[in-house]
Amino acid sequence: MLLQQIVNGCAMGCIYGLVALGFVLIYKATEIINFAQGDLMMVGAFVVFTCLNLNIPFIPAFLISLLFMAFMGIVIDRLVLRPLVGEPAFAIVMVTIGLGIFIRSISGMVWGYDTFQFSGGLADVPVRIGSVALSSVNLWIMGVTVLLVVGLYLFFGRTKMGISMEAASQNQLAAYLMGIGVKGVFSKIWAISAMVAAVAGIFLTPIQFLNYNMGFVGLKAFPAAVLGGFGSVPGAMVGGIIIGISEALAGIYLPDGFKDVFAWIILIVVLMIRPEGIFGIQERKRV
Amino acid sequence: MRFVKRLSYMQDILLFNYPSTMVWYLVLVAALLMVPLCFGQYWVSLMVFMGIYVIVALGMNLLTGYTGQVSLGHAAFFAAGAYTSAVLTQKLGVSFWLALPAAGVVGALLGVIVGLPALRLKGLYLAIATMGFGFIVEEVIVQWDGATNGVNGLLVTRPHLGPVSFESDESYYYLVLVTVVILIIALKNILRTPTGRAFIAVRDSEVAAESMGIRLSVYKTAAFCISAFYTGIAGSLYTHFMLFIGPENFDFMVSISFLVMILVGGLGSVHGAVFGAVFITLLPELISLSKDFLPEFIAGQAGLQAAVYGLILILFILFEPLGLYGRWLKVKHYFEQFPFYKKGTFKRVRKFHRTEQQ
Repeated sequence: MLLQQIVNGCAMGCIYGLVALGFVLIYKATEIINFAQGDLMMVGAFVVFTCLNLNIPFIPAFLISLLFMAFMGIVIDRLVLRPLVGEPAFAIVMVTIGLGIFIRSISGMVWGYDTFQFSGGLADVPVRIGSVALSSVNLWIMGVTVLLVVGLYLFFGRTKMGISMEAASQNQLAAYLMGIGVKGVFSKIWAISAMVAAVAGIFLTPIQFLNYNMGFVGLKAFPAAVLGGFGSVPGAMVGGIIIGISEALAGIYLPDGFKDVFAWIILIVVLMIRPEGIFGIQERKRV
Repeated sequence: MRFVKRLSYMQDILLFNYPSTMVWYLVLVAALLMVPLCFGQYWVSLMVFMGIYVIVALGMNLLTGYTGQVSLGHAAFFAAGAYTSAVLTQKLGVSFWLALPAAGVVGALLGVIVGLPALRLKGLYLAIATMGFGFIVEEVIVQWDGATNGVNGLLVTRPHLGPVSFESDESYYYLVLVTVVILIIALKNILRTPTGRAFIAVRDSEVAAESMGIRLSVYKTAAFCISAFYTGIAGSLYTHFMLFIGPENFDFMVSISFLVMILVGGLGSVHGAVFGAVFITLLPELISLSKDFLPEFIAGQAGLQAAVYGLILILFILFEPLGLYGRWLKVKHYFEQFPFYKKGTFKRVRKFHRTEQQ
């Protein structure tokens, strides 16, 4: 029972981690916290849902969704965020909140306000490992997450583009002077982040639901990102999994109502004790 | 073009820059006093909501606009005020006239509790922490059945003062109007004092403010405290006007709408708070009025209001970051300095180094 809950929490944690990963990517490159990440996740899942309804098989539908989201990420960056480069962080955060509200209401208009479900190619067969029965969906989620994280970690550490993204995040002006196309970097990072969000949404649907309000789940990724240390790719995943597991355990051992806010309690405790998170680096401020 | 002779330092912090300004404000107050006589009950109740949101926006603007601390959890203070007032008057039989300040004080205490850990946090972390705090308070309301009736909510009555009853919307309007005027004057005066100027210094540069001898911990907590006091008072007034409150009145979107108010109105100005509150209260009315002129497939959409809301937020930040009040200032400036208006007067300097933006 306990182990079971831990595994379920771990799968949910992977989803939080994936959404948090989206925050972290954008934060790393552009110093923006994207409050619309959860809503991008919802759109990604809905695109797959629409494709499946049109009798497109799961794998092509998945790819269409990724492409669509990449396009959407670039459009958002180009139209909304590019004009705001260099503005105070607060204004940019508010713009992403506005964007989230806008995307959510438009999605409600397009796809309706009902709750949907799809399982895609993922048949939910129980897999027995010892005494624990794991759902195959959960295993899929964990597998894909691990792959994505390793891929992104290598991308940021090893490729030229990844390093140029890192440089752009440190100092936009200096990076620009070093010959990095900062604007292009930002567009690419938005595209990648939107695709990660789509993956999160597509894998969240089989274990939860599909609804225009799904983006609110994305808010729980904030504690995950903060716990891991904003700006750290592995940190986001570790944070997400810790949040997911502790939430699942809080659901069993603590009184009613703790499950929903446990992530936020962890967040506030972390911010009070170690605001830079597990993997974060303390930053100094210039006057 | 108007010329101002600066003869003393006190002139910079006068409540009214020109004597004529005071006359105009008195005219405005007189006009507001006439509102219930000239408009129907519907508009009066809208005006009451405006008044309540003006109080919230004043508090938000003190914290965010003047002190530079972003809060995404102000609905929590609003809820604290609302429930304090509701529980005190309905369950404990305390008079409304004690419950109203008590609501503010409970809000302020909560503000101190949030403000203290917030001292270590900067910018976006603070926003996320206050957001978490908002969610926690919302859940506490749902779970604390004994005091708040959980999801069932509480029924509340309107107050009396001796023989005078505030049962009708019109009389409640006067109550709210008086509170708003008192709180605006109070805020204006707070901003004139060394405390208020310290808030502004903290916003402009924490390090510089600290090296000028301003204790960040004291002033940041004070900003949270005063802001939460205002919001708590507004919560109390809201409760007794609505007659019923439940946890759904205080969710995350409420906190967002408070922030939208000051962003649309104009950060860091009392006028901005008022403009923003009025605009956001009127927005649903404007949308339902414009529905007649829109094509059927747009007008019939249930999510139209939220979409417009999001769009307005985006457009304001993109094209008028100073808000409605900023626009008004620009127009005023143009006429005041008529032939000499410079285009770049209100231009902001952009910063491209990461630590400078925080």
